[in-house]
Amino acid sequence: MDKKPPQDSQNVTEAGAPTETGTSRREFLGQSGRMAAGVGVAALLGNLGNYALSYAAGGPPIKIGVLHSLSGTMAISEVSLRDVVLMAVEEINKAGGVMGRQIEAKVVDPASNWDLFAEKAKQLLLEDKVSVVFGCWTSVSRKSVLPVFEKNNGLLFYPVQYEGEECSRNVFYTGAAVNQQAAPAVEYLMSPEGGNYKKFYLLGTDYVYPRTTNKILRAMLLAKKVPAANIEEEYTPFHHQDYQTICGKIKKFAAGGGAAVVSTINGDSNVPFYKEFGNQGLRAEDAPIMAFSVAEDELRGMDTSALVGHLAAWNYYQSVDTPQNKKFVANFKAYCKRNNLPDGENRVTDDPIEAAYFGVYVWKQAVEKAGSPEVDKVRKAVYGQKFLAPGGQIMMDEANQHTHKPVLIGEILKNGQFKTIWRSKGLVKPEPWSEYTNPDKGCDWINHQGTYQKK
Amino acid sequence: MISLARTPKKLLALVPFVFLSLGMGLQPALAVDEPEQTDSATRPSGDPIEQALIDLKGEDAAARNKAAEVLIEKGDASLIPRLDEIREMGGRAVRQAVKPVVDVLKNRANLASDSPDSRRSAASDLASTGRKEAIPYLKQAAEKEQVWWVRYTMEESRHFLELNSGDPAVQLEAVKKLGELRSLNSVTALKELVEAAQQADATDQQKILAAAAEAAIDRIESWSSWASAIETLFRGISLSSILLIMSLGLAIVFGLMGVINMAHGELMMIGAYATFITQQAFIAWLSPDVFDWYFPVALPVAFLSAALFGWVLEATVIRFLYGRLLETLLATWGVSLILMQAARVYFGDLTAVIAPGALRGGAQVMVGVYLPYNRIFIIVLSIICVMGIYFLLFRSNLGIRVRSVTQNRNMSACLGIPTRKVDSYTFAFASGLAGIAGWALTMVGNVDPGLGQNYIVDAFMVVVTGGVGKLAGTIWASLGIGGLNKLIEPVSGAVYGKVFVLVGVILFLQWRPQGLFAAKGRSADA
Repeated sequence: MDKKPPQDSQNVTEAGAPTETGTSRREFLGQSGRMAAGVGVAALLGNLGNYALSYAAGGPPIKIGVLHSLSGTMAISEVSLRDVVLMAVEEINKAGGVMGRQIEAKVVDPASNWDLFAEKAKQLLLEDKVSVVFGCWTSVSRKSVLPVFEKNNGLLFYPVQYEGEECSRNVFYTGAAVNQQAAPAVEYLMSPEGGNYKKFYLLGTDYVYPRTTNKILRAMLLAKKVPAANIEEEYTPFHHQDYQTICGKIKKFAAGGGAAVVSTINGDSNVPFYKEFGNQGLRAEDAPIMAFSVAEDELRGMDTSALVGHLAAWNYYQSVDTPQNKKFVANFKAYCKRNNLPDGENRVTDDPIEAAYFGVYVWKQAVEKAGSPEVDKVRKAVYGQKFLAPGGQIMMDEANQHTHKPVLIGEILKNGQFKTIWRSKGLVKPEPWSEYTNPDKGCDWINHQGTYQKK
Repeated sequence: MISLARTPKKLLALVPFVFLSLGMGLQPALAVDEPEQTDSATRPSGDPIEQALIDLKGEDAAARNKAAEVLIEKGDASLIPRLDEIREMGGRAVRQAVKPVVDVLKNRANLASDSPDSRRSAASDLASTGRKEAIPYLKQAAEKEQVWWVRYTMEESRHFLELNSGDPAVQLEAVKKLGELRSLNSVTALKELVEAAQQADATDQQKILAAAAEAAIDRIESWSSWASAIETLFRGISLSSILLIMSLGLAIVFGLMGVINMAHGELMMIGAYATFITQQAFIAWLSPDVFDWYFPVALPVAFLSAALFGWVLEATVIRFLYGRLLETLLATWGVSLILMQAARVYFGDLTAVIAPGALRGGAQVMVGVYLPYNRIFIIVLSIICVMGIYFLLFRSNLGIRVRSVTQNRNMSACLGIPTRKVDSYTFAFASGLAGIAGWALTMVGNVDPGLGQNYIVDAFMVVVTGGVGKLAGTIWASLGIGGLNKLIEPVSGAVYGKVFVLVGVILFLQWRPQGLFAAKGRSADA
């Protein structure tokens, strides 16, 4: 390039200065006018920075919604997801936005109240007219906003592992389906490496996720020739505190060895459960607890001495050793500290946090591919989208709205982190409809209209 | 051309592995200066252990298994660091081959550990490895063992391993011994023996063994039903003691003062957070040696902070609402919501209380009956609290005043009792009791803003069932509800257990609206 870019004001002035003398007034005026324009452009760019550039290039900011509980019982888990989504938005905006347009996040608080979730979702879609919503944690909140998204053709990125049996074209599921978490975990326990366990105590909190997951696990275990007498299923109410009887039952069940506990206990019941388990003289060696709802964020608030050696299954751990994860963890801690969020630097990342984070990027890539934030175009562009997430490469499915992810079994360490002891070979394809409970059903939005009957 | 170019690459790729595996053998010997380590490094190359260590890393599965056998038989604990290293580096198959070797060697070493817990763990882990080589070690260790339940586990494990020894005489003896030991852990193995004898091609030997096994199973199972009855009883008492300790403060406030204190749960929460803060202070300022003392120190802290808060609550809110039951309910409910959200905002979720060493684990009182220390502690604490309250209400000056104000406020005031002060002290004392309950509950549950909500309904249930205003009623009601709950739960599961108890309480109150113990005579303050 031999011509200097016009916005480079310094050079324009220097180039213009020597010719100033000896030129006519008209020429001078013309020249200084050009100069002024050059300086003006430069000043505009300099002062307003990327914002003005992107505005000029792409137009008004793109609005997105964040629908996570910031108060009430679920706040403890969901606040972290809001934080990480906002962090991703900040990163994208700093790097120039989406197609040169900035992202503007609209945060609402559904306050752990399922009716309020639907109301707030409606507000985001109809009043704020957001292009996409990142949100929900519990299955009941997702079920409550589902009709709103389907009626108004909205788009929801749902970042938490769930029970499957759902196939909505208005939701992208970036968390695990049952065959990407619970099923491989139990298969691992049955393998020689996992310890050849033969008896399974399925223990959960009494609501839709544990019930459906355990239904699928039971079908799977029976299909793998585990006798029904070796499967025990038990549920406790929310906030259950007294696990004496259940631990006593487990002790009896585990006598003679070969027994494992598969726990879908949720929330604050975990602490009394693990405490009682240890205090009744049960050890991880006698009967390991494989948990699907205990991640790093929950472990922060627990006395980990009772949990060391027990297991969990997820698709990501903070301890995953990849360069992009180290950067992600450091960025998240720095973000929390910089914005004076509670616990600042002591914050940890975990599976749902990672899934919420890469969801934003998958959406960004899809918008860029589609060339528009319009829901129908974006949806098409998401299919098959790949992204190098902190935990490793992930891929959005070509047709079923879910995510191909790796499966990791981790052992709980004293410091509240996990040590990965097993990792699936490559990515596991998501199956919204389990092959064990619904072998005849499939989910496909390309060749079929969502859920269809397999022949 | 392509295939030629690839081959050397493959070879090159192998080089680091070879190098690494050579390095692994040398590294610990060079790095550690323990005598055994130097010994093994100077062993001649024909040494079976060195050979086995190399075979263990190999590709050949049969050689690996043989190497594992050799190592288990001849190796000792000094090999563990090297084995661990092999396990770290090796593939899946190697890890699987190494694991049993490490398990056996490690547990064998732990049989001589100083801590009875790890001796016991080692013994039961050796049983689950299924390695016959461990039998003589278990026998030796059992002879030296002082603690009865560790010795019990050692003997149990030994006989359990002998079941697979192949020698009929030893097997028969082992079956009998396991029966005598009432070993619940071996029931599955014994049942397998019985099943084996039912096959068409069973030998006479097997049949004799099966007969002995059946006798042993009967013996074990009849014992086990007794043991579980005792454990159920203990669990009932334990749950009752928790209910009791939560309800005592409420019984005083509700029963004696006629205030429905919905914030009682949050007063417990204050006690729990006070415990947490004390713990954090110990972590921050004191040496880890005295860490366990945070718990006793937290008792007065929890009592006083909850009492102080109760005193303020009484002075600012409740004193204006005496005699207006519904208003107290609404006002204290509002206070409870404020406290809960304040705790959520201020503390967040980083609030784990670590149990002091003395309250972890439990005591094996007899075969099949294992009582956790934290539960025993709460039972004792609730008894002490009941005695304390009894003394205060019925044997002290304040108690006489409290009771007289309860019976007839106006008359007491006429007789010169400062009813305002009595109200204020009583409320503060009851709040302090809630603080103690919160302090104790950190040992069984977690500390979070929802702590109070988890217990408040149960606490009211106990107080109402027991009969308002009667301490004895509260005691009997908590025993009844706790016991009933634990009696039903094994049969119906936790969800329906709770439902049945609630239905039972409703029916009971239909039949006896005044509760177990009704206040007799005229109620003066109506």
